Amino acid sequence: MTVAVEPHASESSAQPGMSDQPTIAVRNLWKVFGPAEARIARQSGPGPNAESVEQTVTKLGGTIAVQDVSFDVRPGEVFVVMGLSGSGKSTLVRCLTRLIEPTLGEIDLDGENIRKASQVRLRELRRQRFSMVFQNFGLLPHRRVLDNIAFGLELRGESKATRLARAQEMLGLVGLEGLADRYPEQLSGGQQQRVGLARALAGDPEVMLLDEPFSALDPLIRRDMQNEVIRLHDDLKKTMVFITHDLAEALKLGDHVMIMRAGKVVQIGRPEELVARPADAYVEDFVRDIPKSHVLTLRWVMRPATPDDPVDGPIFPSTAVIRNALHAAAGTEKPIRVIDDNRLVGVVDRASILETIAGADPG
Amino acid sequence: MTALRWRTAALADPTSARRALAVVLVIGAAIAFVLFRGQATLTHDDDFPLFRSLNGVRDVVDDNRYVLDPIRSSVASLVDVFNFAIASLGWPGIIGIAGALGLVFGGGWLAILAVTGFASLGILGLWEASMATLGLMLAAVMIAVAIGVPLGILAGRSRRASAVIAPVLDVMQIMPTFAYLTPMTLLFFIGAAPSTVATLIYAIPPAIRITALGIRGVPEATVEAATSLGATSRQVLLKVQLPLARRAIGLGINQTIMMALSMVVITAMIGAPGLGRNILSAVQKVDVGAAFDAGLAIVILAIILDRLTFAAGEWLDPRSHFTRAQTLRQRLVGWSGPAAILAAGLLAPFAVDATRFPTDITFSFRSAINQSVDWFTDSFSGITKGIKDVLTANILNPIETVLTESPWWLVVVVAMILAWYLSGRRASIIAGLCLSAIVLLGLWGHSMSTLANVLVATALTLAIGIAIGILTARSDRLRMVLRPILDAAQTMPAFVYLIPALALFDATRFTAIVAAVIYAVPPVIRLVEIGLRAVPLTIVEAATASGATERQLLWKVRLPLSQRALLLAANQGIVLVLAMVVVGALVGAGALGYDVITGLAQGKDFGKGLAAGVAIVLLGVMLDRITQGAGGRRRSTVARAG
Amino acid sequence: MQRNRWARWFAGIAVVSLVMVGCARAGATPIPAGPTTSPGASTGTPASVEPGASPSAVAAATCEGAGDKGSVKMMVNQWVGAAANVAVAQCLLQQMGVKVATSTLAEEVAWQGFETGDVDVILENWGHPDLEKKYIQETKLATDAGPMGVKGIIGWYVPKWMVDKYPDITDWNNLNKYADLFKTSESGDKGQFLGADPTFVQYDEALIANLKLNYKVIFSGSEAATITAFQSAAKNQTPLIGYFYDPQWLLNEIELVQVKLPAWTEGCDADLKKVACDYPAYTLNKIVRTKWLDAAGDAGTFIKNFKWTNADQNSVADAITNKNMKELDAAKVWIDANAATWQAWIP
Repeated sequence: MTVAVEPHASESSAQPGMSDQPTIAVRNLWKVFGPAEARIARQSGPGPNAESVEQTVTKLGGTIAVQDVSFDVRPGEVFVVMGLSGSGKSTLVRCLTRLIEPTLGEIDLDGENIRKASQVRLRELRRQRFSMVFQNFGLLPHRRVLDNIAFGLELRGESKATRLARAQEMLGLVGLEGLADRYPEQLSGGQQQRVGLARALAGDPEVMLLDEPFSALDPLIRRDMQNEVIRLHDDLKKTMVFITHDLAEALKLGDHVMIMRAGKVVQIGRPEELVARPADAYVEDFVRDIPKSHVLTLRWVMRPATPDDPVDGPIFPSTAVIRNALHAAAGTEKPIRVIDDNRLVGVVDRASILETIAGADPG
Repeated sequence: MTALRWRTAALADPTSARRALAVVLVIGAAIAFVLFRGQATLTHDDDFPLFRSLNGVRDVVDDNRYVLDPIRSSVASLVDVFNFAIASLGWPGIIGIAGALGLVFGGGWLAILAVTGFASLGILGLWEASMATLGLMLAAVMIAVAIGVPLGILAGRSRRASAVIAPVLDVMQIMPTFAYLTPMTLLFFIGAAPSTVATLIYAIPPAIRITALGIRGVPEATVEAATSLGATSRQVLLKVQLPLARRAIGLGINQTIMMALSMVVITAMIGAPGLGRNILSAVQKVDVGAAFDAGLAIVILAIILDRLTFAAGEWLDPRSHFTRAQTLRQRLVGWSGPAAILAAGLLAPFAVDATRFPTDITFSFRSAINQSVDWFTDSFSGITKGIKDVLTANILNPIETVLTESPWWLVVVVAMILAWYLSGRRASIIAGLCLSAIVLLGLWGHSMSTLANVLVATALTLAIGIAIGILTARSDRLRMVLRPILDAAQTMPAFVYLIPALALFDATRFTAIVAAVIYAVPPVIRLVEIGLRAVPLTIVEAATASGATERQLLWKVRLPLSQRALLLAANQGIVLVLAMVVVGALVGAGALGYDVITGLAQGKDFGKGLAAGVAIVLLGVMLDRITQGAGGRRRSTVARAG
Repeated sequence: MQRNRWARWFAGIAVVSLVMVGCARAGATPIPAGPTTSPGASTGTPASVEPGASPSAVAAATCEGAGDKGSVKMMVNQWVGAAANVAVAQCLLQQMGVKVATSTLAEEVAWQGFETGDVDVILENWGHPDLEKKYIQETKLATDAGPMGVKGIIGWYVPKWMVDKYPDITDWNNLNKYADLFKTSESGDKGQFLGADPTFVQYDEALIANLKLNYKVIFSGSEAATITAFQSAAKNQTPLIGYFYDPQWLLNEIELVQVKLPAWTEGCDADLKKVACDYPAYTLNKIVRTKWLDAAGDAGTFIKNFKWTNADQNSVADAITNKNMKELDAAKVWIDANAATWQAWIP
C-alpha cells in the first residue's frame, strides 16, 4: 500500500469558493443532446438534480454528455481535463466558448457571464480572449502556412501587413522558420500542429483551449510537442485548458487535473493528489500503473523534522518529485532535508523513498 | 408440431418472421390472382374525364401569359447573347479559345484535343449545328449554376433546407426527360426558351447535389476552428467552406454540362436548334449514318468539355500551383503559348472568312456506317428476331399478363408487401400511395404494361451490367478498352442506335427494352466495378490465405461485401431504364411513353400526356424508394458526444 | 488519374486520326471550293464564270441571291416530303433575295409558332380543323394561303409481294382471313396492325373495332419505325399491314399497295368512336402567319402561288433520301428541270 502521509497543507485549491478570482469559473454545467434538451433547458430554479434530468432524457430521448460540472481555472495555470473517449471532455471544452451551446449552467470568464453574451460579444471574445487548438489541426488546406497563422487576425480585420508580420513572428516562436510558403499538407503532423499552436497564439489570447492536440501524433513527436507547450507556457504565461485522454500527459502538463467519466467529474486536484489519494476505484485503477515516484513530490513522503535528524543531508524543495531526489538519497544515509523559502519544512527518510518506488512498481 | 416449432423460431428471430410472413402473403397473392384474374383490371379509356379536365390546364396557362412571357423572352435573349458571342468569335476564335484554355488548364495534350476536337466538328460539316447546341447548352448551364450553386450551398449548410430540396431533386432525377417537354411547350411554346428551361431542369440536380456534398464534406474540425477564432457565418462560408468545396463545385458544374449536353439533343423535339435537329431529321429519313455523324459531334463536344472543365477544376485548386513555375520569367513563358493560340484565333478573321467553317476539308462516316449497319442487320436480323420472340413469349408476356390481368387492388397490396419486405414501412406506404394515384389518374393498364417493360429491362441491365462489371473489375486491360466505349455509349444520343435496333428487333416492346439496356448498362458496370474494387485488400488476402479459389473469392467475398454497391447499381439501373420509357415508345413500346408523345403532338390528348408523365414519375418514385431502402441508404442522425 | 490519362490519350488519338482521315479524303477527291456553273444557268457566259466570281453571277447557279426582300421562317414537317417543299421554296425565295430560316417541328407544336413568331409559313398542312379554328378563325394569328397542290392520301398499306401472293388481300373484307399471317410477338392471337407515329392523324383502333377485324393496333411510335418495318417487310418478304400515306419518299423506293376500306363519305368520320370508313383524301394547304403575310410583299405572293404535285414532291424527296443529296441541291435539280412550273409562282 501507499506510504503516503497526509500533506501538511491542504492543496484542494481548485475547489469552488477560492478567494482570488479564477480566469474561468464553471458552475453546474449540463449538456444534453437530443429531443430532451429543449425541455431540460427550460427548467428554472437552482439547477436540476441528476434524477429529474435522467427521467426527462429517458422519456424524450437523448444523451447526457456533460453532467453537473463545476470547476475553476486560475490565471496562468494549465488546467487539464482528462477522460476516456465518450467522457464528455471534448463537449465540455466546446461549451466553454459556446461552440456547442450548453444546456444549463454558468460559465464566467474573468467574471463575465459567457452564457449571457450576445453572438457579437461572443465572437469578440473568441477573436480576442480565447483561442483553440484541435486534435485534427483544423488548418485550411488551400492557404499557405503563413496565411493559416494569420487567419484569426484576418477574421478580426487586421491589415495585411500587420497580420503577416505577426504571423511571421509566431512562425519563429513555434520553430517553423522558412516554411511560411508551404501548404499544410506538405508538412508533417507535428509541424501542422505547430501551425495550429501558432495560429492560436497569433491573436495573443488570454486563454488557450487545447482539445487533445497531440493525440494524432507519434509518441516521440508527442513528447516534443508536450515540451513545446511547457516552454510556451513558461514563456508566455497563458492560461490553458488542455484536454487529453492520456494520463501521463495530464500529469506531466497539468497544474490541476480534472478527471471525467461519463460526463461527470470524478476528481479534481494536483497531479500528485490524484496519484496519492484517488477519489474512487476508477481513478485508482487509472493511476495504478503510474510510477508514483515520477509524480509524487517530497511533500507527500516527508515527516516533520526532529532535533535528532542530521543537519547536513541533501536539500530539496518540497515540490521536487521523488524520482529526482532518488540519486541524492542513494548517496547518503542521511535523510533529505526539505526546505521551502529557506525554511526547513520536513525531512525524508531513504526508506520512505524506497518504499514509494517499491510500492508503485512491484517486481 | 413442426408448425409450432417453426412458428416459435420465427417469433424468436424477427428477420425470419418477416420473411415467413412475406412468403405466406405472396402465396396468398398468387391464389388471389388465380381467383380474381380479369376482374377490376381498369381497362384503358382515352376519354377518361381527368384527361379532359387536364386539357383545361392549357387555358389557365393561356390566361396567365403575362407572367410567363417575360421569363420566356429573357431566357431567349440570354441564348441570343451566347449565340451572338459565338458567332462574332467565328470558328477560328472558338478554336483559339478552346486551345488556349486547354494549354492553360491541362497542357499540350489537352490543347491538341480541344483544337482538333472543335476542328473535327467543322470537318464533319456540323460547325453551325454544333455551335447552336453549344450556345443553348451554355445558356442553360449558366442559369443552372446561378440557381443550383446557391441552392447547393443552402442545402449544404442547413439540414432543414436539405430536407426540403432533396426529395424535389429525387423526383426531378426520376422524371423522364420527355415528361418535361409537354409542360414546357405549354408554358413557353416552342424554340430556344422552352428548350433552355427543359435542359436547365434536367441538368440542375448535380449542380445542387454535388455543391451540397462539397460543403458538407468540409471537415467539421476546419469549420469549428474558424468559428473558434471568431469567424462569422459569412466568413466561414466565404473563407472556409467555399474555397474547400471548390473542387466539388467544379465537379458539379462538369456534371451539369454533361447532362445539359444530352438534354439539348432531346429538346430538338420542341424546336431547339442544333445537333439534335440534325439527328431527328436523319432519323426521319432512316439515315443512321447521318445521325451517327451528329451523334459523334455530341460525343466529341462532351469529351472536350468534360476534360476541359475537369482540368479547370484541378487548375483552380491553389495547392496545384505549388509545384508550378514560380518566377515571373517562367510564368511569362508559360502564358505565352496560350496567348499566342488565342491571338491566332482572334486575329484569324482578318485573313480568312471566320463566319463559315471552310468546306475544303470534309469527312463523314455516313455511308460507311450505313453500309455496315445494312450488312449487320441483313446478316443477323433472323437470329435477333428469334431471340426477341423467345424472350417476349417466355418472360415479358407472362409478367405483363400477371400485372395487367390482376385486379388493381391485388397489385397494390402485393407491391406494398414487397416494399415493406425489402425496405420497410415507409417504402411500403409510398408504394401504396403511388399506385393508388396511378389508379386515380386513369392510366392503370398502361402503367402496368410499362412496369412490365421496366422490370424486364432492369433485370437484363443488371444481368449484363454485373457480368461485365465483374470482368472489368478483374482486368485492367478490359477496363481500359471499355471505358471510352462506355463513355461514348452514355453520351451518344439514344436516337442514333434506335434505327439499327428497329431493324434487328422490329417495332416492338423488346426494341424499347434493348434501347433502355444500352442506355442503362454503362453506369451499372461502373458502379459494380467500383464496388468490387473497393473490397478491402486485407479481407481478400485473408480469404486467399485460407485457400479460396478465384471463384470462391468472387462469390463468397467480393460480391457479398459489395452488396451496397450492387444495390445502388440496381437503383441506378431502374432510374435510367425508366428514363428511356418515352424513347422506347418511339420504337414500339406503346403504353405510358406513347401517351406522353401523343400528348406532345395532339392537342386533344394533351391531358392524357400530362397524366402519363405524372404516372411515369409515380412509378419511378415507387421503384426508387423500394430499391433505395433495400440499399440501406437510410441514415439516422447520431448526436455528437464528447 | 491513371484512368483519366488513358481516356485523354484515346480521345486525342481518335480525334487526330479523324482529322487525318479527313485530310486524306479531301486530298483524294477534292470538293470544288467555289461555285461552278451548272448546265441550266442562264446568266453570263460560262467562260466568264470563274471560282470566286461576282455574287450576281452565282445567284442563279445556286440557291443564293442578293438583295434585302425581308425574311421568312419556314416550318419543316418531320417527313421528307415537307423538306422537299421547303427546299424548293427556300431556294427560289433566296434567289429572290429573301432570307430564309427553317426549323423542324411536330405538326401541332408548329402552330404555336404563329403565336410566338417562330414560324411564318407551314407549307404542307394536313387537316387539323381544331387548330384552324383556333388560329385562323378565333385569334386570326394565321391565314389560309390556299392549297399547295399535293393530295394527301392516308390509308392501310401492305407490301407488294403480299398482293402478288394473296391477290384478294387488298379488300378489307378478306383481312380476317389473313389475320394469322400478321401475328407477332406483340399482338398475341390477333393479327398485328402497325399503327403510326403518334403525331399523325389516325383512328385505326376505332376502324378495326367497328369493322370487326381480328387485329390489334401496335403503335410503331415514330415514322422511322414505320419505314424500317415496311423496308424490312419488302426486303425479307415478311407479312406486314399498317398505316401509311402518300406522298412519302419510301414509295419511290419500295412498292406498297393500299387496302380498300369502305369508301369515305361526307361526315362518316364525324364521330371518331363510330368511324367505319376510309381516311379522306386531304387537300393539303399552306398556312401563314397573318402579321408576316401583311408585311411580306413579294415573298407572301410567292407563298400564295406555290403549288406543285405529288410526283414533283416525291422526286425531290427521293433525291434527298435515296440519292443522298442535300436538300437544296435536290431542289436545284428539280428547279433546273421544271422552270415552267415555278416561274408561275414568282410575282
